[in-house]
Amino acid sequence: MTAEAQERGIISAMDRRRPLVQYALPVIQVLLFIGVVIAGVGPLLWLVKSGLSTSQDIIRGPMELWPSGIQWHNVPDAWTQVQIGSYLGNTAIIAIGSLLSTLFVCTTGAFVLSVLRPKWGPLITGAVLATLFLPGVISLVPLYLTILKMPVFGWNLQNTFWAVWLPQAAGAFNILVMKRYFDAIPRELIEAARIDGASNLRLFTALIVPMSKPIIGVVALLTVIGSWKDYLWPLLVLPDPKLQPISVALPRVAKTTDLSLQMSALFLAVLIPVVLFLIFQKQFLRGVGMSGGIKD
Amino acid sequence: MALLTRSATIATSETERSRRSPANWLRSGGLSAVVFALPLVLTFLYFSWGPIVRGLVLSFQKNNLVTTPEWVGMANFSYVLTDPQLPQATINTLYFALLALVFGFPVPLFLAVFISELRKTGWLYNVISYLPAVVPPVVAILLWKYFYDPGSGVFNAILGWVGLGPYAWLNSPHLAMPAIVLEATWAGAGATSIIYLAALTGVRNELYEAAELDGAGIWRRVWHVTIPQIRGIILIMMLLQLIGTFQVFTEPFLFTGGGPDNATTTILLLIYRYAFINGDFGAATALSVLLALVLCVLSVVYHLLTRRWSTT
Repeated sequence: MTAEAQERGIISAMDRRRPLVQYALPVIQVLLFIGVVIAGVGPLLWLVKSGLSTSQDIIRGPMELWPSGIQWHNVPDAWTQVQIGSYLGNTAIIAIGSLLSTLFVCTTGAFVLSVLRPKWGPLITGAVLATLFLPGVISLVPLYLTILKMPVFGWNLQNTFWAVWLPQAAGAFNILVMKRYFDAIPRELIEAARIDGASNLRLFTALIVPMSKPIIGVVALLTVIGSWKDYLWPLLVLPDPKLQPISVALPRVAKTTDLSLQMSALFLAVLIPVVLFLIFQKQFLRGVGMSGGIKD
Repeated sequence: MALLTRSATIATSETERSRRSPANWLRSGGLSAVVFALPLVLTFLYFSWGPIVRGLVLSFQKNNLVTTPEWVGMANFSYVLTDPQLPQATINTLYFALLALVFGFPVPLFLAVFISELRKTGWLYNVISYLPAVVPPVVAILLWKYFYDPGSGVFNAILGWVGLGPYAWLNSPHLAMPAIVLEATWAGAGATSIIYLAALTGVRNELYEAAELDGAGIWRRVWHVTIPQIRGIILIMMLLQLIGTFQVFTEPFLFTGGGPDNATTTILLLIYRYAFINGDFGAATALSVLLALVLCVLSVVYHLLTRRWSTT
């Protein structure tokens, strides 16, 4: 009783005792739950079902369960014939590389802006913040040309994973989220470490990074899922099919693949992000909520 | 005595000078700050600030990567503005944005307000409704493309049970855009609702108590307390959604490729065609710059219009 009284929201304990609310609330709750399950889980269940059916079954009765029995061999067939394995491997390489480059840039950058605070720091913070407000479309084509020929160095990064890893790290959102977290670390801790004679590097590796594991985890998750979902950029900078991630490869192979194998391939492509999300759902949802805070 | 003060002034002026000297700056760790800032500055120079400046320059050039870039003034702008495809693409993009607002705005808000009332089971609704957002867009699109299949798709099968259809969905110029927006809404609603939920946790319960004491029922509490309290975030999400939908690419590209009969060609699709099919990078950036300008103006106007409501 006491806990409920404290945790009231729009509906109060008194409302809950009113008969209309008492009966209507569970009904709405159940209806909404059914709606959410159909929208959220339904398509994935259908994908699993179709991935284990014959093509004829999918075409003849898209809403029927296995009329010709469950085709378990579809999954290994997709793995070998559609080469899902190697595309998934590329996706993993892209995701891990993006993760490392993002974490490196956003932790070191936030460390300068939040802890070292040099005189020119606010200038950089402002310049990072400004990119958040500029529409991404303006840099799509020039970014592509930068990958074809890096200014000063003259390297061509097309058909190398660097073309995906490096631009990924220039994300203003990650830097600002990280900076906000570092800002909340008590200055006394930093001063104490300084008095003990810690250098900047030691301050970074032994104090700031270990204290920021939760936020690093959130940024890591959002980066991995984000790069797993990316399509247009890898399509542009990785024209070589041997290097393409699964999202770029799927529409290409879909044109020539049997429907049932196509569905198995889609299922394999969705498996890892969904499993990652289900394991780390708490951190993940907190991170997404935070992204609303930063845009405030 | 005079000597003492003199030596003291010399000492202070010396420390002042040494504080500014490069050696002292080095000793106090000024260099390591530069080293730590280097990854950030370099990646942003190369992949964020640089391309933005380069885009502005490129839009005034004739550039196809084969011949040497040539300064052409406003020619790119007049070319893309007089392209007969532009009016259709603009209308399609606006239509997409409008539909996305109509479909996609109320659902996450309703979901968030409802979930915020569930103390014990709210997380389950959250996880399930966020699930579509972790499905890679390409997978979702290929799957939905089959759902929309005019012959043996899932939607026509379900509608067939109640005697409706079959509809041509993506093959029909009238239905193609709503069908694309429906999928985009399905994919995006979860994330928006999580952001609203985060904002809703900030609404103080005393406000509800006060409203209840004043005799406000549940709906009036939602309308007069909840919505005004999160109005700021609602307005921002609306603007972000507008900016996002103006730059939509993957959905029309993979669902219909702009068809049927150019009914789903958006501005981003035009930019893609200019740059990566025709190889005309000048025209592509000119159109990008125009779109970005429109979006910036839109943001400012929107900000000015909504400032009055969000402060009261």
